[in-house]
Amino acid sequence: MVVAVDSVSFSYRELKVLKDVTMNTKKGEILCLLGPNGSGKSTPLKCILGVLKPQKGRIMINGGEISSFNQLELAKLIGYVPQMVEQTFPLTVFETILIGRLPHLGWTPKQSDVEAVRYAMRLLGIENLAWKNLSELSRGQRQKALLAMALAKEPSILLLDEPTSNLDLNSQLEVMDVIRDIVKDGKTAIVALHDLNLALRYADRVVVMKNGRVIADGKPAEVLKEDIIERVYGVKAIVKNECELRYVVPLGRCEND
Amino acid sequence: MYSLLVGSSRLDCRTVVEALIGKGAEKAQAIIWNIRLPRVLMATVAGAGLALSGLITQTVLRNPLASPFTLGISSAAAFGAALAIVSGVCGVTLKTALGGFQITNFYVVIISAFVFSLIATFAILTISKLKGMSPAVTVLAGLAILFLFSAATSLIQYFGTIEQVAAIIFWLFGSLSKTTWISLEVMSFVFFICLFASYRCCWKLNALYLGDEIAKSLGVDAKRLRLVGMITASLLTATAVSFLGVISFVCLVSPHIARLVLGSDHRYLIPSSCLVGACLLLTADTASRTMFLPLTLPVGILTSFFGVPLFLYLIVKRGENVWW
Repeated sequence: MVVAVDSVSFSYRELKVLKDVTMNTKKGEILCLLGPNGSGKSTPLKCILGVLKPQKGRIMINGGEISSFNQLELAKLIGYVPQMVEQTFPLTVFETILIGRLPHLGWTPKQSDVEAVRYAMRLLGIENLAWKNLSELSRGQRQKALLAMALAKEPSILLLDEPTSNLDLNSQLEVMDVIRDIVKDGKTAIVALHDLNLALRYADRVVVMKNGRVIADGKPAEVLKEDIIERVYGVKAIVKNECELRYVVPLGRCEND
Repeated sequence: MYSLLVGSSRLDCRTVVEALIGKGAEKAQAIIWNIRLPRVLMATVAGAGLALSGLITQTVLRNPLASPFTLGISSAAAFGAALAIVSGVCGVTLKTALGGFQITNFYVVIISAFVFSLIATFAILTISKLKGMSPAVTVLAGLAILFLFSAATSLIQYFGTIEQVAAIIFWLFGSLSKTTWISLEVMSFVFFICLFASYRCCWKLNALYLGDEIAKSLGVDAKRLRLVGMITASLLTATAVSFLGVISFVCLVSPHIARLVLGSDHRYLIPSSCLVGACLLLTADTASRTMFLPLTLPVGILTSFFGVPLFLYLIVKRGENVWW
């Protein structure tokens, strides 16, 4: 297991956010975390990142407990993209992605650092935005820039918090394709998502959460069924299969919800 | 060099150069070495130091309006100075019939101002630490401290004699006239240590632009960096304010001017902010000594007069690309 979350509980003071959560991912796998707003999808990502310390349970990375790694080792292993960054001071896209190389950087960026930044921009098709200020970009473009920043340090584990939430249809597929290609090269991605169709299309494994608990864990086609969608989201839906693609069509909210 | 040339005593270029290399008239040497040179160097070092402290505060709190002055560190220093003046330990005496005054024991004022600015820093950091070093809490705690010490200073002024109140107000204006070689040495020592420390953290400070979580994913402990940054900025400000009085504008505006010209990367922003701060304070001080000869205006007033037009010009000129 590359990342193993074992019986983790976390609460903000009185508010229990994670209750006995267990999930594992292997090399070369995209794990999608699904669930309604406030179900605790982002919290496991922050626990793996080390920003939040679980009160119970343990988190293992490559077989070692997370506390046995020092900050720099973890920084080289894990790339993280939050939902959004509030920017206070001007920063160009190039500068932002270069900051992403921090764990590898010396005092002055080397040619290899600049190449890594260029490569990440090329992957996401944002080379033409290199010298634009982040604040001048649309939210979708900014999200791509942040993903490029996480990719630039070449991490083996990607933690992505709703990386497609601000993107148009084309860019959603573009970003998920990039993530899939990277993961195929022996990396691992844990992605919190809202879009069930993207999860059905790209995930190797899904974990469905509600009220801080894991409701279902398994292959997308096995887990994302009408009854689970109704139980978790309170939405009646049908899951169809066409052109070798499974997709979810929501029909309407359940009356008792 | 121009700053060395001008002043209430007229010295020509040749005399100044001779005095600098230890030749020429004794009077000119005394003016240059004892009065003008330490003052010019102090304006440079203190201006750079204040700019650096402003820059660090703005970055670690991710707030363009933050500076050690808006966090109440200078108002605490002002309270310390006012307390020392009114309590009589430093001996304010009436010098002339026109209401001039003299503070016989100026070091007591400096030490008192310094101690109180450190107390304010400690209070702000303690409150922030209780709330996990959140930038918003630090800014709000600083504002509370600012108002508390301002009220306390007003209270002290209310009970002071006319000479004491005049001495407090003069101190509040900020001035480089009391500069000595010792104060210059202390200021330089603190400045270069803080400059070295912050320069080592350039990339970490850059990472803080993107928020605590991303910083953490890049191996930067944002809370610790914020704590160390605040201590560094406070130490710089406490030292500068204790020696010079309240010179607030340099601190807030120099980093913005440098950022508008060279961008946000701390590798360039730290030296450029320091340079802008040094130039601003030196220009303001030179003007304060020459505009109304033989009268010397308090430099604190003039820094704003020089800084604001430059700042506004840059905002208007770079209108489309600024971040607010």
